[in-house]
Parts: sequence; C-alpha cells; structure tokens
Amino acid sequence: MNSYLNKTRPSVYCPGCTHEKITKGLDKALVKLNLPADKTVIVTDIGCSGLFDTFFNVHALHGIHGRALTYASGLKLANPELNVIVTMGDGGLGIGGAHVLASCRKNLDLTLIILNNFNFGMTGGQYSATTPTDAIVGSEFLNHAEIPLDICAIAQSAGATYIDRCSGHDERLPGKIASAIEHKGFSIIETLGMCTGRYTKKNPLTPKALDQMITDLPAKNGIIEKNKRPEYGDRYRALAKERKTFPEAVTIEKQTDLKNYQQQEVVILGSAGMRIVTAGDIVCYAGLCAGMNVSMKNDYNITVLRGQSVSEILISPEKIGYPGIESPSVVLALSDEGVQRRKKIFATLKPDTFVLKERSVTIPETNADVVEIDFRKFKIKKQDWALASLGVMAKKEKAINKAMLTYALKSRFNEKVYLIAMETIEKMI
Amino acid sequence: MALSFMEGNEALARGAIAAGCDFFAGYPITPATTIFNNMLNMLPPKGGICIQGEDEIASMGYCIGASMAGKKALTATSGPGISLYSEQLSFAIGSEIPLVIADVQRLGPSTGSATRGADSDIQFLRWGSTSGVPVIVLAPKDALDCYVLAVHAFNYAEEFRCPVFIASNKEIGMTRESFDLDSVTLPPIVERKMFSGDSYLPFEAEPNAAPPFLPIGGETLVRQTSSTHGPDGYITIDPDVIAQNQARLREKIHSARKRITLFEKDIKENSDTLIISYGVTARAVEDAGKTLESKGKPVSTLTLKTLWPVPEELLIETAKPFKRIVVIEMNLGQYVNEIKRVLCDKKIMFYGQMNGVLITPAKIMEVIENE
Repeated sequence: MNSYLNKTRPSVYCPGCTHEKITKGLDKALVKLNLPADKTVIVTDIGCSGLFDTFFNVHALHGIHGRALTYASGLKLANPELNVIVTMGDGGLGIGGAHVLASCRKNLDLTLIILNNFNFGMTGGQYSATTPTDAIVGSEFLNHAEIPLDICAIAQSAGATYIDRCSGHDERLPGKIASAIEHKGFSIIETLGMCTGRYTKKNPLTPKALDQMITDLPAKNGIIEKNKRPEYGDRYRALAKERKTFPEAVTIEKQTDLKNYQQQEVVILGSAGMRIVTAGDIVCYAGLCAGMNVSMKNDYNITVLRGQSVSEILISPEKIGYPGIESPSVVLALSDEGVQRRKKIFATLKPDTFVLKERSVTIPETNADVVEIDFRKFKIKKQDWALASLGVMAKKEKAINKAMLTYALKSRFNEKVYLIAMETIEKMI
Repeated sequence: MALSFMEGNEALARGAIAAGCDFFAGYPITPATTIFNNMLNMLPPKGGICIQGEDEIASMGYCIGASMAGKKALTATSGPGISLYSEQLSFAIGSEIPLVIADVQRLGPSTGSATRGADSDIQFLRWGSTSGVPVIVLAPKDALDCYVLAVHAFNYAEEFRCPVFIASNKEIGMTRESFDLDSVTLPPIVERKMFSGDSYLPFEAEPNAAPPFLPIGGETLVRQTSSTHGPDGYITIDPDVIAQNQARLREKIHSARKRITLFEKDIKENSDTLIISYGVTARAVEDAGKTLESKGKPVSTLTLKTLWPVPEELLIETAKPFKRIVVIEMNLGQYVNEIKRVLCDKKIMFYGQMNGVLITPAKIMEVIENE
C-alpha cells in the first residue's frame, strides 16, 4: 500500500502544527511495515492527537480522555493479532498517568505515540504535565509553580521495554515509529512538537529549538536493555494455559433422612482465627447432607486477622426466604468480641434456645438454656473451639446430629483433615 | 436431589460463564471481589481472559476494548467503583458497546461501609451517566437469581448493545445459600447480531434497534468513537443526524421494555394491599406475606427484577385492584419515586431502612399492620 491516509478526511491541523508531520510520519511507518489495515487499529485519546483515528484507513477507536491505553489493552488481549497504535497528547499523559505506568509495567505489545506540544491546544493553551515552568500559557501563573515531567524517565523506571524520543520534525520519525511498532512489547515514542495555534504564539519554538531540547534531554533510542522481558500477552497466555481445571459448584447429595425437622437458626459468635466461617460452612454442609435448604451470612471486619467473626446459618426443610436470624435455636458463644457484636440477641432468646458458652466468655443475661464448656480442659485449642462446639451440638442433637456432622466433614474435607477433625469431634461426643 | 451451595457472587459468575462470558476485567472491592476471584478461577480453563485493571476506570476500558473485539465482557464492583466507572459508562452507552456490570451494592455514601449491605445505587445506576439515555438494571433477590439474571443481562447487553447492570447487594453477593442448580432452566443465549451486508456503516440501524456489529480486527474496517456520531461513526454536527441517533438510543430500550420486564408476583384474593419490593428485601416481604396470610390478613406482593427501564405497564396493571400500595426498600427511598410517578393515582406508603442491616419480616408486618 502507498498510503493508509483517508483521502476523504484530510488532516485539519493549524498551519505549521507538528501533528501534521506526525500524521505523515505514522503513515510512512505503516507503509514501510506494510501492516494489513484490517489487523491494525489506531486508538486515540482526546484533544488534537485524538483526531488521528479519522485520518487513516485502519480500524479505529476514539475513547475518553486519558484512557486510550485501557481500550488498547482490552483490544490487544482479546485479539493478539492486532497491531495496536495509540496516539495521546501531553494532556492525556497527565490525566491517564496511571494507565501509562500500568502499560509500562505490563509490557503488552502496544505502541504509544505521545504528541507532546507542551500545552492543551484545544481548550485554550492551558498548562499540562509537560509545560515548562517559565512558559507563558493560558493558565496565568499556575505553571510557574510546577515543573514538567519527563515521561521517558518515568517510563524507564516503570519498566518500559522500548522508549524513544525525537522531534516531530525529525526526518527519521517514520523509521522510528516503525521500529517502535515492530518492538514486541510496550513501546513509547515521545515526539516534541509545536502547537502553532496556541503555544508558539507566546513561546518562541522552532524545529531547531525542538532539536536542542532533544539534545538537552537524556537520550532515548529504543530498547531498554535493563527492562527486557517477555511480552505480557504471551506471558499471560502461558500462565493461564496452566489453569486447566474448571471449578465445579459444590453440590451435596442428600445422605440422611430427618423426620419432623423444624427450621433451625444457628449463630456462631467468635473471633478472627477461630475458623468460625469454616464451622458455619460445616453446619451448612450438615444441613445439605440431610436434604435441607441452608443459608449462611458471615459478619467480619475488613481487617483479616483481628476482630469479631460471626456466622449466621439457617437450615430449613422449606425454601429459605429472609436470610437473617430472627429467633436463634442455637448460639455458640466462643469469644467476647463475637458476643459483643450480637449482645442484643441474648435478651430475646427463648428458654429452649441452646447456648453453648465457652468458660472464658461472658454473655449478657438470658433466659436460654446455657451450657458452659471449658474447652481447655479437653485440651482443645482455641482455633478448634468452633469445630468442637459442633460436636456438642451433634451430641445434644441441636440443629444437627452425628450422622449429619460426619457426612458434612467428609464432604467438606479431604481424608486427612477429616480424620483430624473427627478426633476433635469425638472428644465432645 | 443434590443441592448446590454458593454465594450470590459465585452464582453470578457461573451465570456469566453459562452466558458465554469470555472476558473479565475488574478491580478488587468488597463486597464484589469474589466475583473477580471466581472469574479468575473459571475463565482461564475455558480459554477466557481475566485481568485486574490498575483501577476501576482501566477495568472498564479493558472491557470496552475487549467487547469491541467481539468478546462478552463482565466487570464487577461496588458503589465507589461504579462512581469511577461513570465516564466509561457514558461511552459504552452512547457508543453501544455491550457490557455486563455487576454492582454488588454496599452502604454508602462514598466509602461508606465495605461489609454492610444496602440498595444504595438504584437511582445512580440509572442516572450515573451523561445524557440520560436509558439503561437496563436487573435486581436479583438471591443466589439463584444472580445465576439466571446474569444470563439475561448478557442477552440484553448483546441484543441492545448496551451496558446492563446487575444490582446485587452485599447481603446477596456474600450470602452463601443452597439451590438446585441442575433444575434451573436458563434463557436461551442471545448472540450479538452481526452485520452481513456489503457496505458497513458501524452505527447504521433500524430506528428502534441497535446496529449490527462487526469486531475491530475483522476483515471490514470498524470505527468506534465516543464523539457524537452519525451512522458512519464519524463526528457529526448535523442536528437531524444527532436527533435520530439520540432518539434511537432511547427507543431501542424503551420500545422493548415490556419484553425485558422480569418479575415475580403473588396475588392473593381478598387482599387490598400490594407490597412492591426488589432485591434481598423481597425475601423478607415474601416471608411477611406468608405470616400475614396465616393470620388471615393476606397481602399481595410484587417483586421487581427489572428496575430499569421502569416496568410501567406491569406496575399499572398489577396495582389496579389494590387500595393500598406499600413500597419497601433497603435505602431511604429511591425507587419509590418511580412507583409514585407511575401509580400517580394511588396511595403509596413507603418504608426504607439504611443502617447496614436487613429489613426483617417483623418490621414489614409492623409497617403493614400499623397503618
């Protein structure tokens, strides 16, 4: 192909704008590489650089400000055959900085062309993340209090595998863009340019001055040896391929029959680290083994290894509606902070509610049937108190029985863990 | 019979897989994280892609890119993440990019309570994008619904080429419960209508339908843009073209609203009260209904599973014989405003609660009996 430019939609830039040069440079690069148009997509940001997608006869996606790299990543992951080229200005660089960093770190095979013209052209020449401190721009004095960033330096520290920088007027631009596209991995090419509509009106800037800026900045010419590593998509696919087993749903066969079973509400009050959720799970499995419907709500803090852990379980022969606890039939009080979390329920408990209280735990006054157990006397560690309590429940036939509990443990654990769990249970039965 | 046991978030992920979802991008947030965890375990063995975005905005961007390449994409978040999704949502809505978004709601505003449920975002989901273009919001009441509605959500997203929300709740997403997975009948899978003619204009469509799709990366060149566009996908300032497109974005969903109205109702003869609810609250309402019936004071219940577009015909038709309409919500009154708007000639009572705990059947009975 001689040109990928869309003849019906010529470039619309201000006279002298460097974007025009970069449009032609990109076209020459595409011609040089002879990229198939239908396997090439230009993803553009917002602003003057965001017009690029309209100039070329390739696939195009023009999204929202600063986020071009996010669409580009989605496209490339979904279709690894695509050549994905992103154009973005210094505005998009600022607002979408997180995505630039993430792209550098990931090293997905995308090419980012940054069209740095030192200001927001479209909105009136306001200062951007690359505006020199002493420039006179449309932001009054604001840029005088900040410094510009060097995206190439940032990209290098963020792990970019290919970084290049040149003037948009550099004759080598097409070749440089082509090399960036050819690089397998994330490539950044920062072009410096003149915004003749805004920036250069008050800030003298010429192609020669741009060349001087390039000379004054640390040189960047492509591959960054120290960041060299496999391309993200390849790496991702290799890792994902090792995941072969689809996790099927936990499904529990009915294994025992219960006559006249009434809905049970079990509340386990404990602390993080006491395996409260696992105990709740086992109670649910016990119900499922008897063909019952179950539901379980857990309440814990966002802190993982501290604080209360509360599990609330319903076991019912009927389909469960409201999944909260209204009238508990069993309460396991295994830690003070767990009890504190639900202290209001104790006054409401009925005389036939079974409350198992560990000896060290204090509970509010209640009419319920309270049984105190000193698990330390049974040489049961704190992390097994909840499990041991299930043994007590089974023995007293409160909500579950021994057959249900045995089936539940068998379904929930592997043989080894099952036998260890049964040892604890047997101490209580 | 063997029952399956899973939390709503896992059921939603399984529903997504059943619907053919092959791309997920998300950012961890309680109480939606386990959707991400499940997708991360389920997608790779099926050849799908699951990635973590650097933030919520990126996650949406990845999904948008993947969807434009032809994937069926899912993302999941909660209130703070939905807030960050907003601009990308407007892009997906206006540029007709199919997506499914699970919002496992938590108590807001803002950071609010990560582990406390509420139906915080019901109006935000509808209006949290620019221009007011209609969106589709489905509300599950339990894990089974999460499974089934995920399939509906993908079907609607594909058919209407739009983002579809599943307005779940911490109290559904993170509640584990049993249901008979094997006996569930899922709706037939709807695939994106592909373009098959000669000259493709990416946004050329029937006046009340989404345009046929071709992927970016296929043989035919495709344009996608967030700018106001005509059928050719190029920016336009032609008022007629703009007006037609705006009308079509509205019409494609509005004209199908009867068909996409999902609900359950339990109408009791001799009841003068209709309780309308949705989400996890509906379960307490249904329990309260049973107790009231056993006390000889039957009430009827309507559980909405499609919240947006508002099922206006269903509401009008169902409410017709009732003297009293009661709306119960796990917030301080969001959707009740729609019901008041539609049932403007009815007496509407409201009870809402926003304190991090479920509304109990007892509370609902108190509301019904004390009026």
